[in-house]
Amino acid sequence: MSTAQLLVNPAPVVVSPPLDERSLHLRRSCVAAMESAGRGHLSSALSLIELVRVLYDDVMRFRPTEPRWADRDRCILSKGHGCLGLFAVLADKGFFPESEMLTYCGRDSMLGGHPEWGKVPGVEASTGALGHGLAIGIGMANAARIQARDSRVFVITGDGEINEGSIWEGAMAASKHGLDNLTVLVDRNKLQSYGATSEVQDLEPLADKWRSFGFHCEDVDGHDMDDLRQALGAVPREPGKPTALICHTVKGKGIAHIEHDATWHHKSRISEDEVAALYKALEQ
Amino acid sequence: MRRVAMNGVFELAKRDERVVFIGSDLGAGTMAEFREEFPDRFFMEGVAEANIIGMAAGLAMDGMIPYINTIATFLTRRCYEQVAVDLCLHNLPVRLIATGGGMVYAPLGPTHLAIEDMAIMRALPNMTVVAPADAPEAGRLMEATLDMPGPVYIRLAKGGDPVVSRDEDGFEIGKAISLAEPGEVLFISIGVMVHRCLAAAQTLADQGIKAGVLNVHTLKPLDEEFILTQVRGARLVVTVEEHTLMGGLGSAVADTLVRHIGPGMPQLVTLGIPDVFPEKYGSQDDLLELYGLQPHQIADAVTKTLGQNAA
Repeated sequence: MSTAQLLVNPAPVVVSPPLDERSLHLRRSCVAAMESAGRGHLSSALSLIELVRVLYDDVMRFRPTEPRWADRDRCILSKGHGCLGLFAVLADKGFFPESEMLTYCGRDSMLGGHPEWGKVPGVEASTGALGHGLAIGIGMANAARIQARDSRVFVITGDGEINEGSIWEGAMAASKHGLDNLTVLVDRNKLQSYGATSEVQDLEPLADKWRSFGFHCEDVDGHDMDDLRQALGAVPREPGKPTALICHTVKGKGIAHIEHDATWHHKSRISEDEVAALYKALEQ
Repeated sequence: MRRVAMNGVFELAKRDERVVFIGSDLGAGTMAEFREEFPDRFFMEGVAEANIIGMAAGLAMDGMIPYINTIATFLTRRCYEQVAVDLCLHNLPVRLIATGGGMVYAPLGPTHLAIEDMAIMRALPNMTVVAPADAPEAGRLMEATLDMPGPVYIRLAKGGDPVVSRDEDGFEIGKAISLAEPGEVLFISIGVMVHRCLAAAQTLADQGIKAGVLNVHTLKPLDEEFILTQVRGARLVVTVEEHTLMGGLGSAVADTLVRHIGPGMPQLVTLGIPDVFPEKYGSQDDLLELYGLQPHQIADAVTKTLGQNAA
């Protein structure tokens, strides 16, 4: 297989409904941050915008002015490099001013290339080293149980990320403890840094893997708000079991010329022309 | 020592409902009482150290105080990134109780020897590193851990070591304890090497050489102030540790003396394990003998150095 073939996702693409204005607005916020920093994992963020949006718009219980409110639901972005998507939603929800997005990666900014707990209101764990978020979420889900809170925990992982053995250690543990207050959302964009996940480290049959580890598992369209609302609104689907949602997404979603393109996994020294093209692609 | 430490966790759990215990795949029946009394705060998570550390971080973020116990090598090397990122970066109150620190597991070979554990734990920001000298000191240490704000690495030995710590000295993390007043020689030691230094000091005393012994139970933060007071007047300072000479107590004391005294500092000899994976089996005592860390060898190192100086 040639390099060119490797860099483009060969998997069948889910046909999602068109993005609405809110989804486009959140994407523009990511591009603005990328523009000011000149760098970022843009396409990794664009694949998970709808996952984060649905969680914060329709599913989770939280207080932007009291980010450590004990009874809140928790969302851990385990694939920390997708943080622009999380930051855009947190800013939109009022955890911090949207103007902070324009300080992204600046020396004194609270917003770095990976999200940091204790720095960014609403960020539940410092991630970026892959494979850490699920275990932390398992700790939080157990803490909720010990403390008799009905908080739920949502962990967003990448699909490349779940190459990490620690994810599968966590999968065994979540199942052993019957953590039905825990949901894993796999951002299944089918590309990792080097190329297609099917080539770098094939994950299939992925749903069967999660099921065999004791999860209730469903496939959903990760850009279809209705599909996501329905799936997330119904968790846990099986009492006593953690849930895994394999969210089929498109890396770079919403900006046609970077979709499915592994070379956009991380960009630095982005030019003015490239930025202009990104904005233009979001005009709909 | 381990029994005392584990019992300490149980006692803390009785007093404070934030305390949870997490083991990996410990010996059958370990912490049975804890499990019976506090089933919702007892976790035995299998051979999955990365997950255990992350899980402890999540528990601590939500107000719990996890005490984790497993074998030292697996609690340090295996899950180093989780310790660094999940515990130290977040600066969480998680306690790592490491069984078999040093060469306790000599018969099991190098995969089970924790000879660089303190160096790699010490290198992590926010981590406290402690190694008690004996079982009663381990007990005092456990009491002191409850309200420590950040992560603590606790290196335990095999147990049954001679008791040399004294109740009247009390115990405070980060505060070294003098067990014998310094003379021309001062031993600075940690863990189960402390009693070997006391024995070496006795041997030297019989030869008319006065040697003090400082029990630095806390490698990090190092009690620099007390060390600098104690070395004053000593001609020879000898650090003794059951640990590689790269990055442990000897390195830390050398740093302290060079930075704070510099020219004119007392002569420093660092005794420990050279930069090798031990190739022999046998017992902990056998390996300590191999690396010149038994009392008579420690005393010999001192007399030899003093003799060289005199010549």
